Amino acid sequence: MDSRRRDFLAIRDVNKTFQIGDERVEALHHVNLVINKGELVCLIGASGCGKSTLLRIIAGFEQPSTGHVDIYDHPVSGPGSDRGMVFQDYALFPWLTVRENIAFGPKQKGLPAAKVREIAGEYLNMVGLTPFADRFPSQLSGGMKQRVAIARVLANEANILLMDEPFGALDALTREQLQDELLQIWARTGVTVIFVTHSVEEATLLADRVVVMSAGPGRIDADIKVDLERPRDVSSAAFNEIRRGLTQHLTSHVKRPTLKAAA
Amino acid sequence: MTRASAAVAAIPAEEPVDAAPAPQPSAAPAAAAVVAVPAAPPRGTAARPGDARRRAMFERMQGIVLGIGFPIALVILWHQLVVMSGTKLVPTPYQVGLMMYDFVFGGIHDDAFSGTILTHLLMSMQRVYGGFALAALLGIPLGLLIGKVKVVRQLLDPTLSLLRPIPVTAWLPLSMIFFGLGPRSAIFLVFLGAFYPILLNTIFGVRSVDPKLFEAAAMLGCDGSRMFRQVVLPAATPSIFNGLRLAHGFAWILIVVGEMTGVPTGLGSVIMDGRTLSRTDLVITGMIVIGVAGFLTDRMIVAINNRLLRWSPQHHG
Repeated sequence: MDSRRRDFLAIRDVNKTFQIGDERVEALHHVNLVINKGELVCLIGASGCGKSTLLRIIAGFEQPSTGHVDIYDHPVSGPGSDRGMVFQDYALFPWLTVRENIAFGPKQKGLPAAKVREIAGEYLNMVGLTPFADRFPSQLSGGMKQRVAIARVLANEANILLMDEPFGALDALTREQLQDELLQIWARTGVTVIFVTHSVEEATLLADRVVVMSAGPGRIDADIKVDLERPRDVSSAAFNEIRRGLTQHLTSHVKRPTLKAAA
Repeated sequence: MTRASAAVAAIPAEEPVDAAPAPQPSAAPAAAAVVAVPAAPPRGTAARPGDARRRAMFERMQGIVLGIGFPIALVILWHQLVVMSGTKLVPTPYQVGLMMYDFVFGGIHDDAFSGTILTHLLMSMQRVYGGFALAALLGIPLGLLIGKVKVVRQLLDPTLSLLRPIPVTAWLPLSMIFFGLGPRSAIFLVFLGAFYPILLNTIFGVRSVDPKLFEAAAMLGCDGSRMFRQVVLPAATPSIFNGLRLAHGFAWILIVVGEMTGVPTGLGSVIMDGRTLSRTDLVITGMIVIGVAGFLTDRMIVAINNRLLRWSPQHHG
């Protein structure tokens, strides 16, 4: 119909209400967002702003109450292998080894065993876990588990990576390392990444665009481009200016009498 | 480690204070601690690996000594009580030992039970494992379905909840009408007793799977019956094995009841015969054989469990 209709991923007027007991909770209110192919977009906001719900709707795990999500004009109706979710608590299959977890998607497609092994080997290598291929998830550290989760969706040929606070449970050093690896993988594979976080610094470090959401009901507040060269220097003045701006956006609508100055 | 040895050192530190208020307070208490508590490692890391090995060995020996020593003490107590009370109703352990030998090899009493252990044991095992296998074959798939498919749950759950509290022994008269006086009745009772623990634990296993695993599998292209085989079944396996172990115990309990229904062979019928003939040595012999057979099968189930669940260290039996 109009020019918008060739958008890669479009969230069109999505509303979502949950019924919790007798109460109706409006999680998302008229959300519109267009994401371009190959972009790295961070969704940021306080808890309860619906950023995870929006991600789950894009994944197809939840249906919007009204509105729809389109990928190249085709509405999303359920989970699909074009979109791969990376959960905060990994959600690896604990009974499968690292290699088998990564091979899970290709195996579902009915590819020949040799091909499945080849793909698994390739992505094992990409995330640097070849020496740990035959371990079970219970024998891995948090950072290693999250690498397996990323490799698992990439091996499934997902071209949209949905990441729900994926590094939130990791220690600071491991988090930095994985942020770095994510950027490398993103640059190498050209996947589109939608990354939910509540860390302003993480969003500023990773994103092409930061979408700021606010709660009650969940809606999009601001859509801010981050025009910084990569690799980004977290101590540079430009970085901190953007970070400060984001923090102000995040806290501007929080009606607290004692607002701390932005760090 | 350091905090523990410091605490140990603090106690004997009081003693040398009177004897020698010497200026080496760090060396003396350390030596005292080693003397007082031989298990506590001396400070420093060099001696630690050997010490840990020694402690592990000590613990293993302790387990063996206690585990074997306690039943031996019980047998001695049993012997003493029989001798002291002078009862003729309960045999001594020695008499039971003779009976066991006769039951296995014959040549002592030379009666209807001499050397017949295999006949009875095999017959009972056939019924126990027959009923147990039936219960597993029906209980696991049904439990997976009830756990995962809402319609099946709505259809079957109320009925099964109503039937479950009925004691298996209450089915005895009906089962004798349905299946006659014989082995099929025993198999049915064992099946009934083993069925519910397997079913309930399988349902519980499916219901407690992290829903994110289903989402993860769905986004990777897994659905329908493949979801059952590749996600639901493995995720519920720890719980299913709990059910199998419980059910296996019930199966051996119920075989005695099942073989009271007038079957001529089987360990349950041996025990019933012993009762009728006032042969308590025979009764106790039958009980011991059931105990050992049940124990050995349980070990087998645990071994399979540990093999299948090697991904989950906390589920090792």
